[in-house]
Amino acid sequence: MFATASTQPANVSEEVALSCRSLVKHYGEVVAVDGIHLEVRMGECFGLLGPNGAGKTTTVEIFEGLTIPDGGRVEVLGQGWGEGNDRALRERLAVQLQETQFADRLTVVETIAMFRSLYKRGWEPDEVIRLVELEEKRDARVGKLSGGQKQRLAIACALAAAPDVLFLDEPTTGLDPQAKLQLWDLIETFRSRGGTILLTTHYMEEASRLCDRVAIMDHGKVIALDTPNALVESLGADEIVEFSLEGFVADDRLSRLPGVRGVRSRDGNYLLTVSSVAEALPALLAEVEIHQARLVGLTTHTATLEDVFVTLTGRKLRDA
Amino acid sequence: MPDVIGAKPRPSLEQSPPPTDAVKTGPLTGAAPGPEASGAGGAPSLPGTSRYRSVNPLLELTLARIREFVREPEAVFWVFVFPVLLAVALGIAFRETGPATVQVAVEADGRQGPGSSSGRLMEWLEGRSDIEAVLLSPEEAARALRTGRVALVLQPSPSAAAATGNPETGETGSPPRPLTDLDSEGLVYRYDPTRPDSRVARLVLDDALQRGMGREDVARVRDVAVAQPGARYIDFLIPGLVGLNLMGSGMWGLGFAVVQARTRKLLKLLAATPMRRTHFLLSFMLSRLIFLALEVVAVVSFGWLAFGVSVHGSILELGVISLVGSMSFAGLGLLVAARTRTIEGVSGLMNLVMLPMWLLSGTFFAATRFPEFWQPVIQVLPLTALNDALRANINEGLPLAASLPDVLVMAAWGGASFLLALRWFRWQ
Ligand SMILES: Nc1ncnc2c1ncn2[C@@H]1O[C@H](COP(=O)(O)OP(=O)(O)O)[C@@H](O)[C@H]1O
Ligand SMILES: [Mg+2]
Repeated sequence: MFATASTQPANVSEEVALSCRSLVKHYGEVVAVDGIHLEVRMGECFGLLGPNGAGKTTTVEIFEGLTIPDGGRVEVLGQGWGEGNDRALRERLAVQLQETQFADRLTVVETIAMFRSLYKRGWEPDEVIRLVELEEKRDARVGKLSGGQKQRLAIACALAAAPDVLFLDEPTTGLDPQAKLQLWDLIETFRSRGGTILLTTHYMEEASRLCDRVAIMDHGKVIALDTPNALVESLGADEIVEFSLEGFVADDRLSRLPGVRGVRSRDGNYLLTVSSVAEALPALLAEVEIHQARLVGLTTHTATLEDVFVTLTGRKLRDA
Repeated sequence: MPDVIGAKPRPSLEQSPPPTDAVKTGPLTGAAPGPEASGAGGAPSLPGTSRYRSVNPLLELTLARIREFVREPEAVFWVFVFPVLLAVALGIAFRETGPATVQVAVEADGRQGPGSSSGRLMEWLEGRSDIEAVLLSPEEAARALRTGRVALVLQPSPSAAAATGNPETGETGSPPRPLTDLDSEGLVYRYDPTRPDSRVARLVLDDALQRGMGREDVARVRDVAVAQPGARYIDFLIPGLVGLNLMGSGMWGLGFAVVQARTRKLLKLLAATPMRRTHFLLSFMLSRLIFLALEVVAVVSFGWLAFGVSVHGSILELGVISLVGSMSFAGLGLLVAARTRTIEGVSGLMNLVMLPMWLLSGTFFAATRFPEFWQPVIQVLPLTALNDALRANINEGLPLAASLPDVLVMAAWGGASFLLALRWFRWQ
């Protein structure tokens, strides 16, 4: 139906679509968002990557005008919320929320038609249904859809508004790999046609595949922000060696091994960032031997955004 | 069709040209083509597309409400079937059984047969068409009184002065012979004087016994039986059931739907669209209109077919009264659901609001039976106003003007609660 879009950021412009400065939001004692600055350009797919509770949803919902921040300045398409023009602004945005459940007893086409009717302009429901490949489910009750189909319906409802900016909050969480791929295609198509996207995720594959730029969030703060490639390159390493030990080897001994750029360890689990596995591995084995420790498991892979997060926080995205 | 999304010029901040204006043109044909659009082999025009050409948000939101409702079997049961079942049950329980009889128990006094005084009393009462008597042991009689099976217990004289007179047997079919042979001392009526049927039973039984024992009436009176149409209990009941039903379906229908949409985060999603708040709330009120008509027709026509309860007033005015009543409960339903976050929470609030009206508003018996100092409150309850207006129309055939105060009371409730709901509504 449509070709997989190319991933080069061909049409990112200089114009700013979304921006915030010193954004702060508290929930009682919890600081959900802790003074972040972001700038998303027109035509860009911008990702917020972080573990659960990092403050991604809160940030996105502030941009969506659903949550009022405690401090900071937010601009959406050159406008702030509550400046008397909110409805006109909403005409140009569309939103998919993390936890929406649509009415089970309406059909797919009825649900989309209802959302479509709320906007002055947009696409006919049937066009959007084709785009998200739900033709066969057009007249099926929403309650009977699978998780992936429901998620595509959520995006269809958003796309029916023909938005300039699309907000997606963990669009693929809980989906099986195939459903995930389908959604990624959809998002890439929207972006390749000039749409602007602000997306949250805790899947690093998703962020590196879809996003032109990624902000890594943790505890309400942005701890790194760049293109996925630049973030990975910032590790100064191409490969990662992970292993566990029975026994003990000091971190600084490991960091002096040839080819090793950095060491992270926690409870006998080690993560080495290395420029060359071929160089580092024999030296590592010898070092373990010297300390009379025993290797329990060892894996190597090329560096990813996940490794960037682990290097910055010492925790993994999933269990942070 | 590769060019649905973003098939439009790069959006510019100052003036972003429309992707398409679906009101005027087809979705793709009206769009300025993106880079690839020309190669896409033209925009297909889809069958069925025009069915959803409607872009009136109020209409679409209302349609969604209606569809959701009719596709829920439970809701249909409570709104249409339940009131009819209730009418059947109450109609049967209170059906007219010719001239009313009173139910009494005669305590057995140990001895048997026509020689005993209880036997003599039973024999005499048998001949009365207005009194139904059963002979029971003292314990059984007490129990029958307690459980409401009889309205009064008659205890014969303990002196056992029975059968002192001539024990000649009366011919069958002849009026029972006078009770002059019975000891006139020591008869006991056991009953609860706060029970209306017991008081009636005492009057009827006492009158019969006194005359039987020889009392002469002093004044000459003449009874004229009047059969007034619309004065039966079922005539009173049917308008009350219509009112009750409008209250229940209006409040449950709206309250549940709103709170469910809130717990499912649908409200939050809608709040992120350019939808007008008033459209959203009005769609709930409007969807009620459709069901309102069906509900009223269901109960009224059932009453007419099954019990011959006819509408004496104007049907059109009945419609107006039902409409205003229904809107006032729709408003209250929205208000109750305006901030509530859980289904349990809204159920509790709903019962809190509806229970007083169930009891006080004169659905099952006249609201005027409550003490005078309650009346100012009772009379401004929306269900009281609705029931009164419905009865004025259905039973009495009065014109709408006669119910104007009631209509105003309902309109005030509806308007005020709608405005408050709009103001307090919580979208998240
Ligand atoms: N409505 C709320 N009330 C109280 N705390 C909240 C609320 N929303 C979010 N939080 C808290 O704020 C923090 C950030 O939450 P969130 O933005 O949802 O994170 P993420 O989307 O990255 O998982 C969490 O600690 C969460 O518990
Ligand atoms: Mg979240």
